[in-house]
Amino acid sequence: VRFRPAGPSALLVEVDSLDQARALHAEIGRRRAAGWAPSLLDVVPGACTVLLDGVPDHGRAARDIRSWTIPPVPAGSGPVTEIHCRYDGPDLPAVAAQWQLSVPEAVRLHTSIEHQVAFCGFAPGFPYIAGIGRGREVARRDSPRSAIPAGSVALGGEYTGIYPRASPGGWQIIGQTTAVMWDLGRDPAALLVAGDRVRFIDVTP
Amino acid sequence: VTGRSIQVARPGALTTIQDCGRPGYAHLGVPRSGALDAPAHHRANQLVGSPPGAPVLETTLTGVAVTARAAVTVAVTGAHAAVRLDGRPVGPGTAVAMAPGQTLDVGPARAGVRSYVAFSGGLRVPPVLGSASTDLLSGLGPARLAAGDVLALGDAAAPLGGAAVPDAVPGGGAAVPLGWAAVPDGDAAVPSGTLAAAGSPLHCPQAGVPAAPVPVDRAELLIHLGPRDDWLSAAGLAALRDGAWTVSPHSNRVALRLAGAAPPRSRSGELPSEGLVAGAIEALPDGQLVVSLADHPTTGGYPVIAVLDPGALPVCAQARPGLTVTFRIA
Repeated sequence: VRFRPAGPSALLVEVDSLDQARALHAEIGRRRAAGWAPSLLDVVPGACTVLLDGVPDHGRAARDIRSWTIPPVPAGSGPVTEIHCRYDGPDLPAVAAQWQLSVPEAVRLHTSIEHQVAFCGFAPGFPYIAGIGRGREVARRDSPRSAIPAGSVALGGEYTGIYPRASPGGWQIIGQTTAVMWDLGRDPAALLVAGDRVRFIDVTP
Repeated sequence: VTGRSIQVARPGALTTIQDCGRPGYAHLGVPRSGALDAPAHHRANQLVGSPPGAPVLETTLTGVAVTARAAVTVAVTGAHAAVRLDGRPVGPGTAVAMAPGQTLDVGPARAGVRSYVAFSGGLRVPPVLGSASTDLLSGLGPARLAAGDVLALGDAAAPLGGAAVPDAVPGGGAAVPLGWAAVPDGDAAVPSGTLAAAGSPLHCPQAGVPAAPVPVDRAELLIHLGPRDDWLSAAGLAALRDGAWTVSPHSNRVALRLAGAAPPRSRSGELPSEGLVAGAIEALPDGQLVVSLADHPTTGGYPVIAVLDPGALPVCAQARPGLTVTFRIA
């Protein structure tokens, strides 16, 4: 575990893997619920980090975290959400070609994986869903699209993302879902949060 | 809109409603948002007897004009701009009483960028995730002001907590409380509890940040190295300490963009995405430095080589395109 100050009142805690970041994030959540670091305003998980925003005493926070025994997140934990996806995105043939698969094989691969939300970012309710794995990272488009429809399922790096609302974007669009990713009438408003497991169901007509 | 209100006579280039923002939702991808120049926001509210975190108007460069539809006390802080009430000049940083039908005009900024206009009783806006702020990155909160908009005000007569400061409102009447109290919830037409959070400054992330002079020509920003200062070479660190940057016209509420020579890096590429704080300074490969402001995305993949001291955030809020920026490393 490495501790990197992010200004006078925030600390970026860096670990070696997404699994470790998830375990640390879960432990911080438990400790916080029990009253740890009441000045904390935001806890933001990343790919290999957890940002603590609202800890003016860096040394104390670091000492506390070093003293914790952090249980690993058990495999197969976290609620499962099924995302029904029409695999008809404009970039699906190019992604399949990059993976050296046919389009049906690429769809079978994407639906066979148990994905897990690593973190949210980019926009409210936009999940970075890990699962496609190392070696299948997908490059961003050279020029981003100016308008991607809400519900677009897209690949970027080692993540699958789902656009909560229409926005510009540079990820490769493989499909479309009717799932509502962001609804202020819901608590939490985000359909998917860090740690949730995701299965994509092929509903291509 | 029933009850006290104001009407927008001239919306200006970009005027939004801002309060202390919506901390606590960054893990869902929700920007913190809120007034960029927090001390100016708090001061304007104090002048009119509202809690410091109550919702106000935030203008951009060209000011705003509003017409009172009820008796209301107003105050303007922030950028240096001519303020007129029905054409008569109003002194800077003072509270003035407006009668129904009178128009307050905040002129273009002569120095700085953003003016803050506070109203007795505060602007009443249904909160989104606890805040009345307009978030230009994600589209949360109310729309930017348009001509003819009618904006509801809270009940200024409701009792406010805190210490009384007599005679602070010329012509305005009531004593002015300065405490960090909850917004009064005096309008029975609005379900109680839904608006209390909107102005509640109890968790204002920038409470206590001192006011800074509006920058003119140049600004020196105090920064703290890290979390990714190891992406800079020794020469890069020296360049950061000794170099000068220019505020880009592409700056907005999301980021202050600084153009200049790229500080040499010790490595290339991008990072796995990680959380960003307000004031984070990302070093882009093309040399641009991007300083996160209130509507910044919650995660980013460029190395954050330093973070602004909180006292430098109001300076960035008032930094005009063309301003020369240098850094002082804490």
